[in-house]
Amino acid sequence: MTTGVTTRGGRQRLTPAAVLHDSRVLAARQLRKTLRRPTYIVFSFIQPVIFVLLFRYIFGGAIDTGATSYVNFLMPGIIVQTAIFGALVTGLGLTEDLGSGVVDRLRSLPMARSAVLLGRTAADLVMNVFTLTVMIAVGLLVGFRPTEPAWRLGAAFLLVLAFSYVFSWISAWIGLTVRNPETAQSAGFIWVFPLTFASSAFVPVETMPGPVRTFAEHNPVTLVVDTVRGLTIGAPDPAGPAVQAVAWLGALLLVFVPIAVRAFRRA
Amino acid sequence: MYTYTESPPCPVEAEGLTVTYGKITALDGLSLRIEAGTVVGLLGPNGAGKTTLVKVLSTLLRPTRGTARIMGHDVVRDPLPVRLAIGLAGQYAAVDQELTGRENLEMVGRLYRLPRAEARRRAAEVLERLSLTDAADRRVAGYSGGMRRRLDLAASLTGRPPVLLLDEPTTGLDPRSRQELWAIVDELRDAGTTVLLTTQYLEEADRLAQRIVVVDAGTVIAEGTPSALKAGIGTDILRVRLPGPAGLPAAAELLTDLAATGTEVVTDRVTGELTVRVSRPDASVEALRRLDRQGVDVTAVQLTQPSLDDVFLSLTGRTAVLEEAR
Repeated sequence: MTTGVTTRGGRQRLTPAAVLHDSRVLAARQLRKTLRRPTYIVFSFIQPVIFVLLFRYIFGGAIDTGATSYVNFLMPGIIVQTAIFGALVTGLGLTEDLGSGVVDRLRSLPMARSAVLLGRTAADLVMNVFTLTVMIAVGLLVGFRPTEPAWRLGAAFLLVLAFSYVFSWISAWIGLTVRNPETAQSAGFIWVFPLTFASSAFVPVETMPGPVRTFAEHNPVTLVVDTVRGLTIGAPDPAGPAVQAVAWLGALLLVFVPIAVRAFRRA
Repeated sequence: MYTYTESPPCPVEAEGLTVTYGKITALDGLSLRIEAGTVVGLLGPNGAGKTTLVKVLSTLLRPTRGTARIMGHDVVRDPLPVRLAIGLAGQYAAVDQELTGRENLEMVGRLYRLPRAEARRRAAEVLERLSLTDAADRRVAGYSGGMRRRLDLAASLTGRPPVLLLDEPTTGLDPRSRQELWAIVDELRDAGTTVLLTTQYLEEADRLAQRIVVVDAGTVIAEGTPSALKAGIGTDILRVRLPGPAGLPAAAELLTDLAATGTEVVTDRVTGELTVRVSRPDASVEALRRLDRQGVDVTAVQLTQPSLDDVFLSLTGRTAVLEEAR
C-alpha cells in the first residue's frame, strides 16, 4: 500500500528515494511555516544589515587593513558570520518541535526519521540563501567591490552555504541534546562569539596576542573567511585556506551528522 | 514474503514490558492483549506508566525488557509496519500552528507517501469526519483547544490505521468537546478500529471501553468489563439526604447495621447527606422504612452502583490522585 518500502534481512526498510521524498515534504513544511511569520523574516534580515552598517561605519575607521579597504575586508567576514548565525535557528526550531509533540507525531509515522533533520537543515539552508543575498546587496550599497570573476564569486557563495549547512547540524545536535528552547538559545550562541571574533572575520589576525592568534589561524572560520576573501577581492591567495576549509567542513559533517542523528533517536 | 496465519494477528499485545529510566521504573513487567475491534481503556493515575506504554507501542521508546507486537509486528525489530498500522494522538495537539488544518493533514498524508491527489482527498475526508471542514483553511493558531485536539485526532486517522493509540485524548477539554470526542471514538470502534485509550477519567473509561485495564506503578492491577470491575467491589452506595444536619446523628445510628462489613456510615454536615456502602439488595427500602418509623424527615434517597473511582480506591487504597485529576 505504501511506496518506498523494501524488505531486507526480514525487516521492512525505506528506500533512499523515500528518504528524499520525506525530507522534501518536511523542508516544504518548514519553509511554509517561516513564510507565514513575516515579522520574523524581516528581523532576520535586519540583524545582519545592522551588523554591516555598525562595522562599516563605526569600527571601520579604527581598523587598519593595509592596502585593502575595510569594507572589502569586512564583507567576506560578516557574510560568513551571518551564515553561522542563520544556521543557529536549526537547533532552536527542533527543540520547539520536540516540545510541541510534533516530533513524536512524525516519529510515529511510517516515514524516514532522518528526514526530520534532513528536511529542517535543508529549509534553513534555503532561508540562508535569501539572508545572504540581502546582505551582499547591502554590502554593495555601502561600497563592497568584488574584483574577481563570476565563477570565483559563485564558488565563494557555495562555500559559505556549505559552511552554514555544517553549522545547522552542529546546532541541531546542541538543540536535541539540551532539548529546552531557552537553553538552546543561549547554548547555541555562546560558543559562536569567540569562534567568529577570534578569527580573521573582522580584524587581521596579525594584531592578536600569541595564543589567541594561534587559535585564530587554525579556526575554521578564519580559513573559510580567507578563502572567501581570496575568491572575491583577490587576496590572500585562496588555494591554501580553501583546502583546509573544505577539510574542516568534511570533518565537522562526519562528526556532527551522526551524533545529531543519535541525539534525535534518543530525544 | 508474507505468511498467512490461521487467525488474523492480534492488534496489540505486550508481554512483560519493563521500562526503566535510571532508578525509576516506569513499566514493571506489564502484559496486555487487545482483541480486534474493541476499545480498551487504560486507567490509572499520573505516573502509573500509561504514557510510557503508549510510547513503547508507537515505537517512540524501546522497552528495557519484554516485547510488544502490533498486528503481529515487533515494535523494536520491525518498526516500519508497526508505524503503518497505528495512529497516535498524544496528550498535546501535535499540529503546526502556522499552517491550516488542511495543510497539516495533507502533510501527514504525504508522509505516508500517498500521491498528492490522494493526500488531498484523505485530508478532506478526515476533516469532514471530525467536523472541521468549515475551519479547514484557517490557520491552527486560531483554533480552540477542542478543535486542535480534533485536528490531532484527524492527523492520526489520515493513514486509516487499524489500531489507534489515544493518550489522554480529552485531558484539558471542556465537557462539550469531550463528548464530541467520545462520539468519534464510538464511530471508529463501530467501523472496526481497535482502540487503546489511556485516561485518568474513570467516567471516560466507563463510557467508552468494553474492557478496562487498571494500571498502577507500571503494572496491571485489575482488568475486566466496567460492570465486572464494579461488581468486584460487591457493594452499592446508598445516599440519604435530610433537610438539614440536625437529624444526621440519629439517622446514622439507625442505618449503622446496614453498612457492609468493614465500612461505616459517613455523614456530611454541610450537605446533610449520609452515605452507606450496602450489600443487601433491599437496603434502600429497609433504610426508608426505619427512618420513617422513627419520624426522621428524608428529602431524597438514592442507590447507586459503585463508580470506577470506588473501584480504584478499593484496588489501591488511594483516591487522591484521581480527585486531583478531576
